[in-house]
Amino acid sequence: MSSTVGPAWFEIARRDLLLAYRRRAEAANPLLFLLIVVALFPLGIGPAPEQLSRIAPGVVWVTALLASLLSTDMVFRSDFDDGSLEQIARSPSPLYATALAKMGVHWLVSGCPIALASPLLAGLLYLPSSAMLALLLSMLLGTVSLSMVGGIGAALTVGLRKGGLLLSLLVLPLYVPVLVFGSAAVDAAANGLPWQSELGVLAGFALLSVTLAPLAAAAALRINLDS
Amino acid sequence: MPEAPTVPLFEARGLRCERDDRVLFEGLSFALFPGDVVQVLGPNGAGKTTLLRAVAGLSTRVAGSMFWGGLPLPEVRWEFLGDTLYLGHEAAVKPGLTPLENLRWHAGLWGRTRDIGIAGALRAVGLGTHLDTPAQQLSAGQRRRVALARLLLSPARLWILDEPFTAIDLDGVARVEALVADHAAGGGAVLLTTHHKLSLLHDFRQISLVAEASA
Repeated sequence: MSSTVGPAWFEIARRDLLLAYRRRAEAANPLLFLLIVVALFPLGIGPAPEQLSRIAPGVVWVTALLASLLSTDMVFRSDFDDGSLEQIARSPSPLYATALAKMGVHWLVSGCPIALASPLLAGLLYLPSSAMLALLLSMLLGTVSLSMVGGIGAALTVGLRKGGLLLSLLVLPLYVPVLVFGSAAVDAAANGLPWQSELGVLAGFALLSVTLAPLAAAAALRINLDS
Repeated sequence: MPEAPTVPLFEARGLRCERDDRVLFEGLSFALFPGDVVQVLGPNGAGKTTLLRAVAGLSTRVAGSMFWGGLPLPEVRWEFLGDTLYLGHEAAVKPGLTPLENLRWHAGLWGRTRDIGIAGALRAVGLGTHLDTPAQQLSAGQRRRVALARLLLSPARLWILDEPFTAIDLDGVARVEALVADHAAGGGAVLLTTHHKLSLLHDFRQISLVAEASA
């Protein structure tokens, strides 16, 4: 008998990253969505810089929220449909670790690029450069919570053929605290106020969701598998 | 022939499954000894897949008790999962990955394989020329063969196979039947469903699930 490397959750994460790499075009969709929606705002409400810069934090955050939601549905779906999830559930890795690995990969391929691209897009809306660091950091922390909370919704709706809309209804209300503190941090920075406390709250949300969301997602997956 | 062992590898006692107010099976007991091949028979909807999923530890919708090596299953779940191979309805083959990558992943879940090696297993199921072809370019039967190559790789003693012959050609069926017979002759046990008429070089038993008319 010969052994291969790594625990099961590591193999699962590695395979998901490889699959994401093979479907690079698909992974770029949330970014393109983000770009198009942000570009629509100046067209819709006029190009006046002072007006755009006032709404920029909220616009970028809401758009990032929706872009993250777009790809959330797929976190567990393809594995559920093709029987991989049954094999994963029978593997020695606890479902908690597997769910965390898959949601972490989702953050790496969707949340993280969205966060990195956000200062660029905010520039299109004349967000003052003093707020860019706050935007980038709050996005990096906030998208972690979005991927984790979205993962719970994805796990709950994985057994449904058309779970997309239900997923949005389940998950969007839970995104609200992240949106409130995220845009508040950017707003504060744009107005020259301290924004560290909002960032602290976002970091707290991220830690909490990384710890607890995989538990909920694993329980939801178990229910969907037990049919 | 190995001498008759006294403790079954796997035993089920009094299994009962009810779905939508309809009893699928009741009082179902069977034991699998090393060297046993058991075919579950029954018309569509008789509960064959439900039974196999329950045996595989994936479904809790089946009441009754199950034993692994004479010990109650919840207590030895870990050893049981490590020593069984479940091949479900869906092949668990990713279209975006090559057969090699797919099997490497399956092997990686448990972190151990038999010495034949992943490429060797794929050659043995007739996919030697498609090692690096993305699975989406393979036919349904070839994808099924990728999944069946797991039989050669896994060191598991109990195989649970749900319709293993779906989509594969006559030559493939013969190869899988040979694998099943070899596995049983080597002291393993196989529980499978198929509508195909088995022609094994090894003795096999049958369990029938009868679909009752709904009330």
